[in-house]
Amino acid sequence: MSTFATLLLRDLAQFLPGARRGNTLLPLLFFLAVAMLYPFAVGPNPNLLAATGGGVIWVAALLAAILPLDRLLAPDLENGFFDQWALRGIAEEVVIAVRLIAHWLSFGPFLMLAALPASALLGIDGDTLRTVELGLLAGTPGLAAIGIIIAAVTVGLKGGGAALSGLLVIPLAVPLLIFGAGSLALGGEGGVALTGAISLVLVAIAPFAGGAAIRAAREG
Amino acid sequence: MIAPRLAARDLACRRGERLLFRGLSLDLAGGQTLHVTGSNGVGKSSLIRILAGLLRPYAGEVTREGSTALLDQTLALDEHLPLGRTLGFWGHLDGVLPEQDLARLGLANLLDVPVRYLSTGQRKRAALARLLGQRAQVWLLDEPLNGLDRDAVTMVEALVTDHVEQGGLALIASHQPITLPDLQVLPLHDFAPPEHTL
Repeated sequence: MSTFATLLLRDLAQFLPGARRGNTLLPLLFFLAVAMLYPFAVGPNPNLLAATGGGVIWVAALLAAILPLDRLLAPDLENGFFDQWALRGIAEEVVIAVRLIAHWLSFGPFLMLAALPASALLGIDGDTLRTVELGLLAGTPGLAAIGIIIAAVTVGLKGGGAALSGLLVIPLAVPLLIFGAGSLALGGEGGVALTGAISLVLVAIAPFAGGAAIRAAREG
Repeated sequence: MIAPRLAARDLACRRGERLLFRGLSLDLAGGQTLHVTGSNGVGKSSLIRILAGLLRPYAGEVTREGSTALLDQTLALDEHLPLGRTLGFWGHLDGVLPEQDLARLGLANLLDVPVRYLSTGQRKRAALARLLGQRAQVWLLDEPLNGLDRDAVTMVEALVTDHVEQGGLALIASHQPITLPDLQVLPLHDFAPPEHTL
């Protein structure tokens, strides 16, 4: 089996929902909880819910993507996995690229599924749901890439790293939110295309930024 | 297969504001064993990490030829997985460890046990299994005897002896005594600066 496949299988076993005794299910439940609470908070006005629901799904998706960040890279650095990979000549960039795929697979497709019941809770119509789903498909790889970069940068921090990484992700995710959630208001696909473009740039940068951050953390 | 070699010239290591050692040179070829001695905090682990290429030296340079394996205080094994499965992950990367090696390490009956339930000595032996599976030519061992009982210490000494007899090279950093044939000793204290602060 190739190095890439070996690493990916280990990562998927760790990060797919249901792994680690169900801890990995929490982001999805959190996402649904936000969608469920929102109507209670703003009141049951169907017009208001339908008009703002798509944006709420986006914010909930962003927050759900932040939840697993502190477990994403730090345990492997502490347990010496990155040292052992380095000694075997496996570049940090490869490890991060594989981890990015596994991280996205662990929440992207499942958020898109969870957006179906969420849209029912929020009373979103079919056209808007389609734009939301397309936007999530285009935007969640970018969210995963931002998440992995931040997780790599904060990997050496002991305690409080999780909250800090959450705060650092939010400003970086603003462009994705503007175009992803913004495409809902315009009803067009231009926003989705721009979201996808930002995502691609982020995904392309992430392995190199993350790899450099891991090497810097090892020196510390 | 190239002949293993581990050489360092004029190494200095600085951690934070402290200069730990300077002017350290060594040159090891296949079939040689070096025991780096010194008390806690003298820089043994830092030296190992510099030689492994994981830490940049403050000064000097390292030459490393041949595949390198590192054993330190981290296990690099997944705590929640059974030992057999997490060793299997490294088996996919390095090649599978033969049964008799597992038996020699006393791990044959522990393969179904999750790593987090292993005792200190069993964890160390699990890390040794990962090291053996790598079949590397250069062994960098940081405190390999920590937490091991007397039988296991003898077993580690035998493993290192076998490795060196097969043309390998071993550098062992330990504050504990270790009995090996043709063992060279490098007291790291000799390279500490007279004044311990910069």
